[in-house]
This record gives sequence, structure tokens and C-alpha cells, in this order.
Amino acid sequence: MAMHDLQKISAAQEKYMKARKKDRYLIQAARLLIFLAFLFLWEISARLSWIDSFIFSSPSRVIRTIVDMTLHQDLLLHIGTTLYETLISFFLVTILSVAVAVLLWISSRLSFILEPYLVVLNSLPKSALAPLLIVWLGAKPTTIIVAGMSVALFGAVINLYTGFQEADEEKLKLIYTFGGTKKDALFKVVLPSSVPLLLGVMKVNIGLCLVGIIIGEFISSKQGLGHLIIYGSQVLRQRYIRSGWNAEVEWQSCCSAFSFPLLTSVSKCFIL
Amino acid sequence: MEKPLLELKNVGLSYHTPQGETAAVSHISFQVPKGGFVALVGPSGCGKSTILNLICGLLKPEEGQILMNGTSLPEKPSNIGYMLQKDHLFEWRTVYSNILLGLETQKRVTAEKKAYIDKLMVTYGLDAFKQARPSQLSGGMRQRAALIRTLALEPDLLLLDEPFSALDYQTRLNVSDDIGRIIKQEKKTAILVTHDISEAISMADTVIVLTRRPATIKNIIDIDLEMPDRTPLASRNAPLFKTYFNQIWGELNGHA
Repeated sequence: MAMHDLQKISAAQEKYMKARKKDRYLIQAARLLIFLAFLFLWEISARLSWIDSFIFSSPSRVIRTIVDMTLHQDLLLHIGTTLYETLISFFLVTILSVAVAVLLWISSRLSFILEPYLVVLNSLPKSALAPLLIVWLGAKPTTIIVAGMSVALFGAVINLYTGFQEADEEKLKLIYTFGGTKKDALFKVVLPSSVPLLLGVMKVNIGLCLVGIIIGEFISSKQGLGHLIIYGSQVLRQRYIRSGWNAEVEWQSCCSAFSFPLLTSVSKCFIL
Repeated sequence: MEKPLLELKNVGLSYHTPQGETAAVSHISFQVPKGGFVALVGPSGCGKSTILNLICGLLKPEEGQILMNGTSLPEKPSNIGYMLQKDHLFEWRTVYSNILLGLETQKRVTAEKKAYIDKLMVTYGLDAFKQARPSQLSGGMRQRAALIRTLALEPDLLLLDEPFSALDYQTRLNVSDDIGRIIKQEKKTAILVTHDISEAISMADTVIVLTRRPATIKNIIDIDLEMPDRTPLASRNAPLFKTYFNQIWGELNGHA
């Protein structure tokens, strides 16, 4: 009887697991389908001249360009450079933001003193800062890494510090009833309970660092995706002139606007 | 007469905020003998927990003195165990490493201590859950784990700050019976803060009734249920239980 019951349950469980699996496949298939449909529509509308393929390009052209650039313009080197700079600045931002947030948590007086400065630094337009950084630090890869850090650092510090402060008062009290010090509270309560927060902040930071790196490369670099984008838009401008187009400037900005998110998501795929 | 383990002499404390000064406790004097079990009852928010915070050194009294074994408290007394309202087991640690937390903080993890913890875990039915996460334990088991975490420090004095208030009623009765027995068995001295009169009578030898804020001592009542080796649950059936209940109820409501 019990055996029978057991089998009955496992049959139901099996059904449940099957349904779950099916659901997962459906989700993944739908995701892929949306992507393919988008590519298909893009390609078709370019071929049938619903859109001007010279301006909007087409998937086949993009693939050809990627292959071409990989072969003749070291696309992988550019991607590698941007990736490398992004990872370095991401790593430094993570270390530095945790260190500063810990300092602020240790001394509430220090955090009171520095709070307005942090808010101001965070709201500073970083893209405006990049040219200044290059003037101050010179046109070096270091400068680009600093530019990448500048975008993510202050927000990360503010987020982490706010999270650290939200550590459960009672749990801290528990440590103090054991005769623990502030250091014990930090390592046994505050940091372990902030791990999910830290992961969240890191996810945001990797994207922000990439934005900062591209901005830095726009302004001064010999290689990297930002360099490619600027280079590409300038070449495009010359073509426009040759084709007798006048509204160069508009199209240039249009092109950057299109290629930027594309390149961002491409390099994001590599990172994550 | 034997020297009391703990003695409070005319202790007073106020809280200071930018809005002003609030007297939390004043003129508190009582003694706890070794092996005794004292319950503090009073209206909610009267400053009961403040008294425990003073005893364990988290707060410093502004007036009066707190003596332990006849000498004043050190900066960080390590021989006092404190159980908070919730168990506060850390989800990022296993049950076993949660129990080690206090010893770890005081840097006193030794082989003997570990053996002692193992013994306690076996005695109180937690040995199968050493590597479990706290969320896998029932409310009662969690509270027992928290008690073992406190007992692992081998404290001379246990402070219990409404340690059962987060539990549902049935679990609460069982756990308080459990913990009351464990404390008797391990021959610990304890101070329990509660707003539950029945709980105070069933567990303590002495009940101290406090007034509204600022807390002062209204009355000290010795509980004698004429029942040798009573357990907290059995105490509730004692004929004298109701008498004490009514007396304390009267004291709390100001018509005794």
C-alpha cells in the first residue's frame, strides 16, 4: 500500500518536473525566436529597400564587417583591450568602494563629514570629466582606466555604505554581548550580510565601468572599441561627403547612437 | 549569608537625545544569589531591557553601582551570557558554526570547549543538525541552538531578554519548559525579562515587579509554590500559582 502511494507521488512529481522542463524550454525558445525574428525582419527590410541599408546596415553586412575587421583591423585586439581595461577598472572599483564604505561605516563622524562630497562627486557628469582626466594624467591606458572607475566608484561607495548601515542592530548587539569589537561586528555581521548587496552592486558596476572605458577611449586612445566607434564614424563621414551627402553631422551622431549599444552588448556577452 | 553573585546598588540611567533627556531606570537595587533565577516583570517599554544592558556592560550606569562577586564590573565582562528576543542565528553559517560564534568572538575556541558543545548538542537533541542551516530548524530548535551558543561561553550569569516572545504559544510553553530545565540542570544563575506574568512565576524563584518608566522597583516577591524540583510546566498546576498571579497582576495595575 505504502509502495503504491510512493509510486503515485513520484508519478505526480515526474509530471511536475516535466511541466517545469517544458516551461523552461519554451522560455528559451521564445527568447531565441525574438532575436531571430528581429534579425530576419532587419535583413528583409534592408533587402527589399524598406529601409536604407546604407544607413541602417543589415545583419549580413554586420557579420561581413565583423569578419572583415577581425581579419584586417584586429577587431579581437580592440575587444581585448576594452575588455582588459574594463576588468581592471571593475576590479579596482570593487576593492576601493568596499574599502571606503568600510571606513565610512567604522567612523560615523567621517561619513557625516564626507557625505555631501560623495553626493556631489556621484552626480558629476563623468563624460565631461574624461577630457580633464586626459589633460591631467596624459593620454595613457591608465587614464582610460581611471575614467572607467570614475563612473562607477562614487555610486558604489554610497550604495555599499547605505547597505552596511542597514545591518541588523540586534545582530550587532549579539556580537557586542559576546564582548566583540567593531572589527568582529564588521567581519562576522556586516560583511557577510552584505554579500547579496555586493553582488548587485558589482553587476551594475561592470556595465558602468564599460561605459566609462568607452568614453575614455572616445577621447584618447590608439585601440579599443571606443576608438573603433570614433574611427568608424569618421570614415562614414568621408563616405557621406563622397556620396554628396550634406547632413554629415546628424548621421554621424546617429551612427554612434546605433553602434554604441550594439558594441556594448557584444562586449557584455563576452564578460558575463 | 553567602555573598550574592550580582548586586545592583541604586542604579540609574537616562537616555540622551537632541529632543531631551529621558529617565529610563532609577534607584534600582536588588541582589541575585548564586544559582538563583530572577524574573523582571513590568509594563512594556518600562526599561526592563535597559537593566539587562546595564548588567552586561553594553550601557554604563550614570548613578549607582553594579557589583559582580563583590567587585565592580570589568569593561567587557566575559562571564555573562545574553539571550536576545530573537535567536539571531546567522543564515550564512551552519548551526554548529553559529554555536561557535561567541567563543570565536572571545577567541576561546579550544578542544575542551568543542567537546562541551558536542555534549550539549547531543543532550539537547541538535547533534543531527550540526551542518544544517538555521532555516532548516524549527522555532524551538533554533531557540535551543541560541541557548547552547550562550551556554558554550560557560557564563556565571545568564540574561534572558524575552527569549520566547517571538514564538507561537504552544512552542513558547514547550521551549520555556525546555530552557528552564536546561538552566536548572546546568546550575546557572539567570535573570529573565518578560511581560508574561505566568512565565515569570513558572520559571523564577524571585519576581521583581517594576513600575512604569522610569522603572523603579515596586515589589520583590519570592515565589514558593511548595513544590520540590518543579519544572516550569508543572509549576503552572501548583495551587499557589493563581495566588501569585493575582498578586503580581495587582502590583502591575497599581491596586495592591
